[in-house]
Amino acid sequence: MRGDAGIATLLRPRTPTEALRLLAQHEGALPIAGGTDLMVGWNAGALAGRTFLDLSRLRDWSRVREAKGGVVLGALATHTQLLRHPLVRLRLPLLAEACATVGGVQIQNRGTLGGNLANASPAGDTFAPLAVYEASVLAVSKRGRREIALADFFTGPKRTSLAPDELIEAVRVPLPARPPTRRLFRKVGTRAAQAISKTVAAGLLWLRRDGGVEELRFALGSMAPTVRRLRAAEAFVRGRRLDPAVVREAVALVAKDVAPIDDVRSSAEYRLAVSRNLLLGFLDGR
Amino acid sequence: MKTAFTVNGKRRAYAGPAMRRLLDVLREDLALPGTKEGCGEGECGACTVLLDGDAVVSCLVPVGQVAGRRVATVESLGRTERLGTLQEAFLAEGAAQCGICTPGMLMTASAYLRGGGTANAAEIRRGLAGNLCRCTGYQHIVRAVQKAARGSRPRREGGLGQARRPARRRR
Repeated sequence: MRGDAGIATLLRPRTPTEALRLLAQHEGALPIAGGTDLMVGWNAGALAGRTFLDLSRLRDWSRVREAKGGVVLGALATHTQLLRHPLVRLRLPLLAEACATVGGVQIQNRGTLGGNLANASPAGDTFAPLAVYEASVLAVSKRGRREIALADFFTGPKRTSLAPDELIEAVRVPLPARPPTRRLFRKVGTRAAQAISKTVAAGLLWLRRDGGVEELRFALGSMAPTVRRLRAAEAFVRGRRLDPAVVREAVALVAKDVAPIDDVRSSAEYRLAVSRNLLLGFLDGR
Repeated sequence: MKTAFTVNGKRRAYAGPAMRRLLDVLREDLALPGTKEGCGEGECGACTVLLDGDAVVSCLVPVGQVAGRRVATVESLGRTERLGTLQEAFLAEGAAQCGICTPGMLMTASAYLRGGGTANAAEIRRGLAGNLCRCTGYQHIVRAVQKAARGSRPRREGGLGQARRPARRRR
């Protein structure tokens, strides 16, 4: 059953400095923000005996602000905050859409972007948008700060490149020079809410005046141990017009960058077929 | 560990382990058994309460995190002899079957309405998507929230919790 609350410690820092000091002092302390994933493990008894570091009082870390050339999303911003924030809705609409598909309202009200990242689920719904926006994770420790590209942040299912003494402070998202011609966010799950994705896609497409592809960015979640950009398909369409033969070829390249599995939620075959159709529809402009 | 917070407008002091679930503290320590446990893993919404006005599942909230904050449970919506608008609407529409999901449905619906939610059925369904009803009585629940949404406009003083309207039976 549940971990024994009587012997569990919840550290409650008020400032980032205090949080980093406590994290350095208590080796193995587990950061908790909204608790929407961590508490499930705790309730199941998986985290018995651990010490927890509550980040929920670090107010500064929940801010969303415009910064030079981009947007900085505080790690403690909840999915609800993000999906309602004018800057996110206007500049990062795929992220706003993704946040609206995570859990139900109760989960969106508590779950944070930083917590989502730290969890590193292969099915994290915000990751496909973050991948196409080419976001990076801002990590901080007593030793200093560093910026980690999203592709280097996830190292496997539930694994990240964060050091034990590091916390996620924010996510930096550069803004594209001009708005995309086309965009897509699509989560495919068993039902509309509270579903874990079978596949989740985000796409941005810039077309030149002559109809040729200037740039395609397309990412899939739940299709590999970590979120994946479709590098082969992206490179193939660059400079080409999206006629049926080109689209067909691009769709055939999807499998190059993903490695879907059979599990309780779906089959590898279904995941790949649906993901191919999502890219097909996106490139066809349907 | 000492924790002070507000529950249904009353200041409460809690001295106990910070990692206990808010759900258990409400039911066992504060004698507020209206909040129900369904799945215990954040999937079903039965244990929904309001934290600073936002709907949250109390099975995933360690009580230590609510220090200094405001909690509202289903007990805040009305009393047996004087129900709130939403409760009257649930009664009038037959929106409770086995009843386990009802407190959570009421709390999520109350946050939806307080947040300016309308009587639009699709929006209500989206708003309540985090609450499961194993009896699958969703039609009645949506109708009840629609009824409350219409009944609460224009807003009365005291808000949804207190404004009483006579129950009109449709069937």
